[in-house]
Amino acid sequence: MNAASVGATRDELEDFLYAEAALLDAWRLDEWLALFVEGARYFIPPAGAEDDADPSTSLFYVADDYHRLCERVKRLKKRTAHAEFPRSRCRRLVSNVRVVEGDAARFTLTSNFVTWRSKLGVTDTFFGHHLYEMTRVDGALRILSKKTFLDQDDIRDQGKVSIIP
Amino acid sequence: MSVSPAPPLLEDDRERGLFRVARRAFTSDEVLTRERQAIFDDAWLYLAHESELEANGDFLARRVAGRDLLFVRGKDGQARCFFNTCPHRGALVCRERAGNGAMFRCFYHSWAFDLEGRLVNRPGDEAYGAGTRAGGLHDLVPVPRLAQYRGLWFVHFKGQGVDLPTYLGGAREYLDLVLDQGEAGMEIVGGTQEYGFEANWKLLCENSFDGYHGLPTHVSYFDYVKSKPGALVEIAIRGQAFDLGNGHAVVQYTAPWGRPIAQSVPAWGEDAVREVAATKARLVERFGPERAERMATTNRNLLIFPNLVVNDIMAVTLRTFYPTAPDRQVVNAWALAPRGESARMRELRLFNFLEFLGPGGFATPDDCEALALCQRGYGSVGGEGWNDISKGYLSDEPQVDDEAQMRAFWREWHRRVTRATP
Repeated sequence: MNAASVGATRDELEDFLYAEAALLDAWRLDEWLALFVEGARYFIPPAGAEDDADPSTSLFYVADDYHRLCERVKRLKKRTAHAEFPRSRCRRLVSNVRVVEGDAARFTLTSNFVTWRSKLGVTDTFFGHHLYEMTRVDGALRILSKKTFLDQDDIRDQGKVSIIP
Repeated sequence: MSVSPAPPLLEDDRERGLFRVARRAFTSDEVLTRERQAIFDDAWLYLAHESELEANGDFLARRVAGRDLLFVRGKDGQARCFFNTCPHRGALVCRERAGNGAMFRCFYHSWAFDLEGRLVNRPGDEAYGAGTRAGGLHDLVPVPRLAQYRGLWFVHFKGQGVDLPTYLGGAREYLDLVLDQGEAGMEIVGGTQEYGFEANWKLLCENSFDGYHGLPTHVSYFDYVKSKPGALVEIAIRGQAFDLGNGHAVVQYTAPWGRPIAQSVPAWGEDAVREVAATKARLVERFGPERAERMATTNRNLLIFPNLVVNDIMAVTLRTFYPTAPDRQVVNAWALAPRGESARMRELRLFNFLEFLGPGGFATPDDCEALALCQRGYGSVGGEGWNDISKGYLSDEPQVDDEAQMRAFWREWHRRVTRATP
């Protein structure tokens, strides 16, 4: 399984993920949200979870339907999202991009990440991998669902996942 | 040479209606030493729920008040709790978080213990004298006391003192309102949220049942629920605070959000609304109309002294937290749910939970931020000054957004730390 087997190139997939990370780094959250199809979902399973973790039976950090994902973005832009006001500075590194399975119409894409978040003199690190369900809309790559798996044993140090890692 | 008396930690002036806690209580190493001695080493502390240790041979490794414990269900079905340290040199005997097995083996020198904690095997056993074999010297050490209240297991690090039911006292009535929700009992759902932040642990005691901060701090949460048609019903947040004795306290109140037990909101859809109505009818059958109403439509934020929070709100969460320093705490949070509830209700419950609670919720991160900023504020005046907890002091019926519940906690806290002698 590789990029070609889902009708893409590695460059195209990597460019998409780099652009996504850049939008989050820049807090351009509406544009980030536009990368998702309507009805898309977003998840952060508990630290150390397996890829098949299920939000209807286990306690995630985030399990957003599309409405809540939109509201999460709206909230993060408000002064009243206190944990992110003034907003933190973040930087994301993305690598190890691979197609896991699927075909051109719908495929699973994974990447590894490290995200640093800095606020009020404290810098936290999040690391792990993302798992995307991808599709194309009018030829352009779009996200059907995204799961962010944190490899930390726990989030004692970070305390919260107030950003979109 | 005269010794000047320590400055007071608490000011409790009924005449003026003034109640204040010295900010030193949040910053001082000496106070934390007193707390360890007079509170964490001398109180019933929550360990785990029975559903986490279901089968014989199941074990959990869990940290309680900075101590590594091993909670085990033996072949005989008995639950036991040991300090997770090898009697030989001290290494952790169990390094997994949870599992099922027949024995524990410390990898350092390969001493092995059965589920009852007895040393059953070690290399070179013949080299140990008969005199070292008596009295369980080389067995795992059990915690001095282990007891349960309706499936909630607690430990106590002292051998003497009041038993668990006596300790829980007036809080039992409120625990029952939660534990009775499941006809087949209750269970923990899918894991623990383990986080932490830079604030004194007592700030979270206060915050967990602080009805005063809800609207100002969590306005963005309410913005969100209002954005969803039918996610709220027309019910005001209204209720009272109760001092339950022994430092336990609760606020009980009505609220506009949906509760799987058993207040539905239109956004859940017709099927779910019908199901919740049936659940409520069943509560009426089981407990009568008055108690059923209380279980179904009132919320409870309960603090079991010193650090077990049971919040029965849009979902049920259990939470414990421990100081690792005056300005730092670690938090464990679980979701508790009725055993055997329908898949749809379970899904709604967890969806509800994450809406508000936990490190990725729309509210908890802002609470953590508020508490960390409080802690930071104490530094600005060098740990001097006072926190004011006077709201509703002179009221005969303190309300959910008053602070009587916090005063109940603080009085017990003060009684204990002032009798401690570090």
